Amino acid sequence: MNILVPIKRVVDFNIRVQLKRDLSGVQTDNVKMSINPFDEIAVEEALRIRERGQADEVIVASIGPDAIQQQIRTALAMGADRAVHVLTDLEIQPLFAARLLLALIEREKANLVLMGKQAIDDDCNQTGQMLAAIWNRPQATFGSQIEINSNVATVRREVDEGLETIEVDLPAVITTDLRLNEPRFVKMPDIMKAKRKPLQSITPEELNVVPPAMLETISFEPPPQRIGGHKVESVDELVMELKNRGVI
Amino acid sequence: MSQILVIAQHDGATLNPATARSVNCAKDIGESIDVAVFSNGAATVAAQAAGLEGVSRVLDIDREENARPLAAIIAPQIVALAADYTHVLVGSTTFGKDILPRVAGLMGISQISDIMEVINARTFKRPIYAGNIITTVRVPENTTVLATVRTASYKPVDSSSQEVEIVSKSLNIELPAHTRYVGLAGDSNDRPDLQSAQRVVSGGRGVGSKENFEIVYKLAEKLGAAIGASRAAVDAGYVPNDLQVGQTGKIIAPELYVAIGISGAIQHVTGIKDAATIVAINKDPNAPIFEIADLGLVGDLFEIIPELEKALS
Repeated sequence: MNILVPIKRVVDFNIRVQLKRDLSGVQTDNVKMSINPFDEIAVEEALRIRERGQADEVIVASIGPDAIQQQIRTALAMGADRAVHVLTDLEIQPLFAARLLLALIEREKANLVLMGKQAIDDDCNQTGQMLAAIWNRPQATFGSQIEINSNVATVRREVDEGLETIEVDLPAVITTDLRLNEPRFVKMPDIMKAKRKPLQSITPEELNVVPPAMLETISFEPPPQRIGGHKVESVDELVMELKNRGVI
Repeated sequence: MSQILVIAQHDGATLNPATARSVNCAKDIGESIDVAVFSNGAATVAAQAAGLEGVSRVLDIDREENARPLAAIIAPQIVALAADYTHVLVGSTTFGKDILPRVAGLMGISQISDIMEVINARTFKRPIYAGNIITTVRVPENTTVLATVRTASYKPVDSSSQEVEIVSKSLNIELPAHTRYVGLAGDSNDRPDLQSAQRVVSGGRGVGSKENFEIVYKLAEKLGAAIGASRAAVDAGYVPNDLQVGQTGKIIAPELYVAIGISGAIQHVTGIKDAATIVAINKDPNAPIFEIADLGLVGDLFEIIPELEKALS
């Protein structure tokens, strides 16, 4: 079994993002970039499945300009076997990403796709589900536990009502939630080793995928600011303030 | 003219408030609003949907396979209905987030996540970067608008006993068997529901342990409030995952939010900033939660909470 793990390069989750001064977009120059945290969890899970002897190869995929190779190398250093880089400067929205990934599934003969439930930049939470739809295969989203038995995956999902368990026939797309695992730290020798692992670049044209009609981004703005109030000195004062506001 | 279809969310007996909130968003788009209820014999849910203010008609799609909200089962049925509509909306709960992108994939069109404001029938505001930035996006012409609705941005429409027409629909399409429901382990308590509660009391890492969380439960009980938690408290195993509030948990908008021992990481704040009044109790006077709280109290929560509970009696 081959596992395909799509990863996205995003602004590191510790960075407080800023708009460009002319409001034309988000400031990403000279900002620390990382693998989307949910995707890093997906890489880790794929490695664990392979380490249990349930997968042959873990193939990392990413879409974007040359700069994303930095994150691809990190995933290889974690332990992925090889990588495919879809090289493009085009804007990537979920449906376009899903179509490119479908082409990679066919090319790499993947039977399982593990990916983050959402990227922490656009917060769309769409690509995995779209990919499962156009692949005509099952999806198990928001996974916090994954068990694989021959051709069936049992996935515990983090849903608003609690923890739901579903069973899906493989091939399938599984998206990962935060509590699935704790990704391993990358060690220095692994970073060196990762430099020699196969990383192949391919273009959307070579994959025969053209961009679909996408959403047009019109503008960016800061969110309405919530102005803090003040501190009170005692419980009595707190209760009085709440009563004055008619909250209690 | 917009013809809007709202997908109902329910548990087989009760309509989830996310549906009434989505109808409210739909009212900003147009006047023709149908609600689709996919169920296995949940006539009461269809009746509840038919009582929502602003709804024109309810479509009842009653089918054995619809007993559980599986995306692989429901998405193709939504696609079959979508041909008659200009817009398909669903609340941005885990139900909506799971199902709608599958619909979008099957239809081969783009989707908008988390509408927080309607500019016009094709143009919407939505949050990105955990709500740190708002972007305005437009759907291309001649495609169906598929969108999830950020529930905290919309109040539920009122319910009345005036019911609109309920139309039974049978969709003659084959459904896949590759996805099977196994079970749900839920927090089956009788406290108010986190997502719709007027008051929420939340605990964070500062609470310290599962046992200590009792203090949060007690205050919540006194206030008639739902219980919430930060990601740190859930990760530490103090409370189950369905109580998590924040970017990857629930986004809520209660009248009163009391944050106890929560530092106020940006991912948490994004889940509560639509609350009317935020109270923060934390021993660290520099905790970021105080920057957004309306009322802050610095001190030991194990002294403050019992005292507060007594003062509320």
